[in-house]
Amino acid sequence: MSPTSPTSSAIKKDSGFGAAQIILTLSIGILVVVVAVPVLLIFLNAFWDNNNDFNLAAVVKVLSEPDTYQALLNSIIIACGTTLGSTAVGTFFAWLVTRTDLPYKKFMKGMFLVPFMLPSFIGALAWKMLLSPRAGYINRFFMDTLGFDNPIFNIYSYAGIVMVEIMYLFPFVFIQVCGALEHMDPTLEESARISGAGLGTITRKITIPLVLPSILSGALLIMLYSMAHFGTVAVLGIENGIFNIPTLIYEKIHQSAGSFESIRTGTVLASVLVITAAFIIWMQNKILGKGRYQIIAGKSFRPMELKLRGLRIPLLIFCLAYIGFTIVLPTAVIFLVGALPTYGLPFTLENLSLENYKFILFDFKVTRDAIFNSVTLGLAAALITMFAGVMISYVIVKMKVRGKGILEFLGMLPFSVPGSVIALGVILAWSGKFGINLYNTVWIILVAYIARYMAFSLKANSAALEQVHDSLVEAARACGATMWQALRDIVLPLVRPGMLAAFFLIFLPSLRELTVSIMLYAPTTRTIGVAIYTLNEDGETVRSAAMAGVALILIIVGQTLINRFTAKHKR
Amino acid sequence: MSYVRLVDVTKRFGEVTAVNKLNLEIAKGECFSMLGPSGCGKTTTLRMVAGFEDLDDGEIHVGERLLSSKKKGYYLPPEKRDFGMVFQAFAVWPHLSIYENVAFPLRIRKLPSAEIDSRTKTALKATNLLDVAKKSPEDLSGGGKQRVALARALAINPDVMLLDEPLSSLDPHLREEMRFEIKDLQRQFGFSIIYVTHDQAEAMALSDRILVMKLGVVQQIDTPMNIYRRPANKFVFSFIGLHNFLEVERKEGAYRLLAGEALDKNLTPPQDLATEARLTLASRPSEIDFVDDGGISGRVIRKSFLGEFVDYQITVGEQTVRVQKGRRTQGPEKDENCRLQLLHPVWYKVDE
Repeated sequence: MSPTSPTSSAIKKDSGFGAAQIILTLSIGILVVVVAVPVLLIFLNAFWDNNNDFNLAAVVKVLSEPDTYQALLNSIIIACGTTLGSTAVGTFFAWLVTRTDLPYKKFMKGMFLVPFMLPSFIGALAWKMLLSPRAGYINRFFMDTLGFDNPIFNIYSYAGIVMVEIMYLFPFVFIQVCGALEHMDPTLEESARISGAGLGTITRKITIPLVLPSILSGALLIMLYSMAHFGTVAVLGIENGIFNIPTLIYEKIHQSAGSFESIRTGTVLASVLVITAAFIIWMQNKILGKGRYQIIAGKSFRPMELKLRGLRIPLLIFCLAYIGFTIVLPTAVIFLVGALPTYGLPFTLENLSLENYKFILFDFKVTRDAIFNSVTLGLAAALITMFAGVMISYVIVKMKVRGKGILEFLGMLPFSVPGSVIALGVILAWSGKFGINLYNTVWIILVAYIARYMAFSLKANSAALEQVHDSLVEAARACGATMWQALRDIVLPLVRPGMLAAFFLIFLPSLRELTVSIMLYAPTTRTIGVAIYTLNEDGETVRSAAMAGVALILIIVGQTLINRFTAKHKR
Repeated sequence: MSYVRLVDVTKRFGEVTAVNKLNLEIAKGECFSMLGPSGCGKTTTLRMVAGFEDLDDGEIHVGERLLSSKKKGYYLPPEKRDFGMVFQAFAVWPHLSIYENVAFPLRIRKLPSAEIDSRTKTALKATNLLDVAKKSPEDLSGGGKQRVALARALAINPDVMLLDEPLSSLDPHLREEMRFEIKDLQRQFGFSIIYVTHDQAEAMALSDRILVMKLGVVQQIDTPMNIYRRPANKFVFSFIGLHNFLEVERKEGAYRLLAGEALDKNLTPPQDLATEARLTLASRPSEIDFVDDGGISGRVIRKSFLGEFVDYQITVGEQTVRVQKGRRTQGPEKDENCRLQLLHPVWYKVDE
């Protein structure tokens, strides 16, 4: 063994056990308590029986029961359909707004990103009001006015669920492919052109293959999301007995009030979700790691635009129709139904009033509590997760300490644990098993939110931290700053935009959260999502719609404020 | 014999005129460089020849073929122009093997597969890539990637090769090596080259003629030697190599430095400038000698040893002059007085 070099020992002594070790231990602690323990408990409950024996036969038995088996199958069918559809739609629109001379491209691009902020279960609610077989407005119009014998479309079906999910998930592919196409070095295409290839050939042989990794990575993201998605299937599927994994977990836990058998089924299903999700994430990393080409270059002339010529106006109309049909129509229906005294009445002026909105905002304790709960939960979760996230990201991205490997693994966990799994996990962990019982309190929802949104915070903060070059900290140390001072005066101010991004990335989605809260709510701890969902379940369609309308306004106002804010702070 | 002809070519981007009434004739087999600082319009000109930009005025011909003409409303798209082109950022396709990159233009032309193979191999051989043909271009260094781009441009055996700063992304030593490779390929295949660069040494080494451009306007078109020795104006003088500009004025029939001593009697401006009261005297740091008497007097304020040569900063009157001499040349020390003789100075109007 060669003697340790003086510099490395000096560094060790200096950063010593103090700062580095405390931060590392704290980071590992947070991730273990918030994420690892719940997931571990799920696996323990799924694979070990009452006698603490590893029992794979029991797992197989649970999975081969007809309703669990069917739920697995449904999850796969819906996820595959949604992924294929969203990828096609997202890629097509991305190509259209980046590579053609379609009019109003900027506006279109903005509009195609709107579904990102709209909660899909509210969309599902709107489509139920439009296309449920007997009561849906569109179906009724066709049957009553146009004299059709049967409804034209039944939204309570696989096709209906997939259609609604595509409308809300395609932006994942859209934004990835847009980014790749916009940043792609235009000379890659120009050199094909000077080689004699026409635009069609270039698109087929050069452009698409080069952005394929981005398309695939967006597609996998949608797959992951759709597999574990609760809202749409809960609103549109349960009516017709279509369950997927998360809705079945919810059904089992709720119906049998936490009996061992139902917990068992829930944990087995949750394990399947975690394993699938981990597999999808692994695939995605593989594709991104190996397949993503360096296609970005500095010198940029404008990329070529395909002249649509005769198709320009038809495609414009198609895009506008798509936006109108998938964004404007459902949103309008929510607000209109929210203004009716009873669901099913025609939208005439004398039928419309603000009664429901007034009731929900001022008179009805359940909804008032729900709004208060969601806002406070969102603020608390966003603040806590933002600070925890910046600390953990710092260790992962910047620090050279032993034991970082564990943290890197733990840091990956939140990305691959779907909401319903987290909910089930916190029930197992925080129902008195370790002496703390948070069940039926608002705290259990907070813990679950922190676990659920940790991934967002880690992502935003590590991206910001990677921009802060090591030499900046080293320069501060060379000027005589201690590690704490360097962190406080140099690193923190530089990553502040990343922290803010993390805060908003958490606060807004938590306002509309449903998957986790629906499993954890107690009568007084409803969130906005839960209130909308339960009102709808109870047949209070108009009040549910009004509440959804209020939620939409909250979300849109919040998003606009944030956009203003970030635009101002970008420079 | 002109082969590529640009007539009154003009390009505007909004309010800015990127290229203004450019007239140019390039012979078959000639290596022609366009040189200038960034934003001078050289790349835009090349892209108009390639067909990536349309013209706002003028015409471009190659041989008998008309490529672009604003007046006739004619524009041949780049894929129909049969040029070879190499870009600064390599632009080799990472999802295709080196072989397939080079074969691409031939496949597009739907040649018989035996011919595709033989022509691809010829191009790969000429660029020393035959051994790695099956690899991905991602496995190659910058120089290797640029060789793939060259081979791809060679594959169709074009008459004209367009090179857009092809060496700027490479290391300095590799850059020099590739210059000679490009020159060799040209000798072997006989194409004309239109070469865009901001590196004057590169342009000098490669070109038969050089065009120097500034803000869309041609400053000079000439051989490398003439561009260096007789720059058309102060801009060209300063863009090509190091420079000293000394302001002189005519007083009582003699020329003297601005608020300084008189120049040697034999240093006189050309006839057409003789009427000017003030002039600029331009010289290269390497073309100034230390002399015992005659010349102008100065004082060394900085002397630095740069290895091959020694660099002096010298004040003459109220102006400073930079002088570079070989390391073995005896010269004055810092703070010493000395006398300087300008060897081949060039006269310009002050505001030129």
